[in-house]
Amino acid sequence: MKKRGGLLAAPYTVWMALFTVIPMLLVVYFAFTGEDGRFTFGNFSQLLGYGAVFGRSFWLAALATVVCLAVGYPLAYAMSRETGAVRNTAMLLLMLPMWINILLRTYAWMSILENKGLLNQLLSFLRLPPVRIINTPAAVALGMVYNYLPFMVLPILTVIQKIDGSVIEAAQDLGGSQFTVFKRVILPLSLPGVLSGVTMVFVPGVSTFIISQLLGGGKSMMLGDLIEMQFLGSTYNPYLGSAISLVMMVIVLISMAVMNRFGEGEEEVMVL
Amino acid sequence: MKKNVIILIAALLLLAGCQSATPAQGTQTDNAQSGGGTQVSGDVYVFNWGEYMDEELNNAFGEATGIQVHYSTYQNNEMLYSTLMGGGSNYDVIIPSDYMISRMIEEDMLLTLDFANIPNFANIDADLKNPAYDPENLYSVPYAWGTVGIIYDTARVSEPVDSWGALFDERYSGEILMFDNPRDAFGIALKLLGHSFNTTNEAELRGAYDLMVTQKPLVQGYVMDQIFDKMENGEAILAPYYAGDAITMMETNEDLAFVFPKEGTNIFVDAFCIPKGAANKTAAEKYIDYMCSYEAGLANIDFTGYSTPLIDVYESLDDEVKNDGISYPEDMTGFETFTNLPGWVNDLYAELWTDLRK
Repeated sequence: MKKRGGLLAAPYTVWMALFTVIPMLLVVYFAFTGEDGRFTFGNFSQLLGYGAVFGRSFWLAALATVVCLAVGYPLAYAMSRETGAVRNTAMLLLMLPMWINILLRTYAWMSILENKGLLNQLLSFLRLPPVRIINTPAAVALGMVYNYLPFMVLPILTVIQKIDGSVIEAAQDLGGSQFTVFKRVILPLSLPGVLSGVTMVFVPGVSTFIISQLLGGGKSMMLGDLIEMQFLGSTYNPYLGSAISLVMMVIVLISMAVMNRFGEGEEEVMVL
Repeated sequence: MKKNVIILIAALLLLAGCQSATPAQGTQTDNAQSGGGTQVSGDVYVFNWGEYMDEELNNAFGEATGIQVHYSTYQNNEMLYSTLMGGGSNYDVIIPSDYMISRMIEEDMLLTLDFANIPNFANIDADLKNPAYDPENLYSVPYAWGTVGIIYDTARVSEPVDSWGALFDERYSGEILMFDNPRDAFGIALKLLGHSFNTTNEAELRGAYDLMVTQKPLVQGYVMDQIFDKMENGEAILAPYYAGDAITMMETNEDLAFVFPKEGTNIFVDAFCIPKGAANKTAAEKYIDYMCSYEAGLANIDFTGYSTPLIDVYESLDDEVKNDGISYPEDMTGFETFTNLPGWVNDLYAELWTDLRK
């Protein structure tokens, strides 16, 4: 039994080895190598200069995660209350944007948010003052929320749907008000979904790159942009790029570990 | 266990197969063609600047020769360099600028061309042959040349623009776009401070960096190809850019004008080269030759708005174009080319540029 399971996993094991483990080892190797090919810690000492970029990336990713949660949880809860056509339509509307390439979606946001874009045309039509949001960190956060919202809603929805109806009925039978039932039963039971939603928004959020270039005007540089710049951008330094990637991964792992402590005692936590 | 090994080997073979069949990265369009009847066939992988070629020509070339063109684009010289250095790419034709060509020659990244396969080279303006970046003209065939200046919205500037200083003017805060590549961006600050583009004086470069740090709060964004939409739609008032693209933008938005700043500016040549590792050198040379033909040259200049190195194309242009003062400026005093810089200066550029943008 055990052997057969191993065999079935073989394609994925090979895949993992080729495309996850080996690249990771290469990243580690490059991070500790200088341009002369020798072992060095120099790349990491250079990193100190990029504290602002690290700070901005984690701050914006956290902000986007909080907004996604604030918007996504009520939506997921509402969707779980619905049945049939309504839920299916909501699901379709949620998924629809994901069928469009992320670049196109972000370009669309660019033409909406620009100073003379659709939003400001609408505002001036309504005789309201224009907003200057394009090329600010706020625009980047908005772009991230838009792109990652489904990743917050879907896991929460799945978990809420799976809550045993009899548990809720029991709480109601015992005299719990609607609010108490939600607070004492549904919310705690949906935490695993929240946790995977947070993970699935926060982790890609930290390493976002193209959104910040298009909506941030290349001024609110994020870690993803900094890394891209070292490999394919206007400066070529894969050693520094690897060091940044490595440190970013470590920080993300630590934040996830901290997150998981909150969810201790819950089952099926990380969906990565 | 044995089976695992077999699967691993199969996967590796598959992977190797994929790698030789696909180019590395970038946006790409394939122009599938059925074979013509000539001796050279196969595929040619072309890597060019964005918005820098009439891509219909790739189809036409494919139909005429049976060579399938795979076309992809990059945004600036440094990106091209990084892509080639990163390895795994298999481009046959690239179009770097002068200073990048000399860097690539120095770093042994280019193949010498067989000019017997490029008879249309005879059509290149003699002034552009044996250039400083390729003194013996072994590696490159000019594709287009051009200049840099300021494109601005005449309706929204407070006074006539004639200096790079306008890009550092607080009155235009939030309405200024800047180049998203270090050499062009630093060049502007260097010229404004009265230095050469090719300075190797660290203090001068750091001075230019300081100036750009003070400019950053005024800058709306650092852009390359996105500039077309932004200037055409009036998103920004001022931007430095290449003359040929400025002409394209001015055709769409009549409020736009273009000026060569009085402090002097950059004149550049972009030329076809074949990088080491090119799989189909003969086809690449055939492609270069085709692009130097009269018809292709005319179509490209018409599409890009840049200045042609081809004598017969230039001669066939209307006087209106020849004398528009932008494509073929008469007075070129103060125009300076970029030359390749020593390694430590390139490193300093990379460091300061990352610091500026972080």
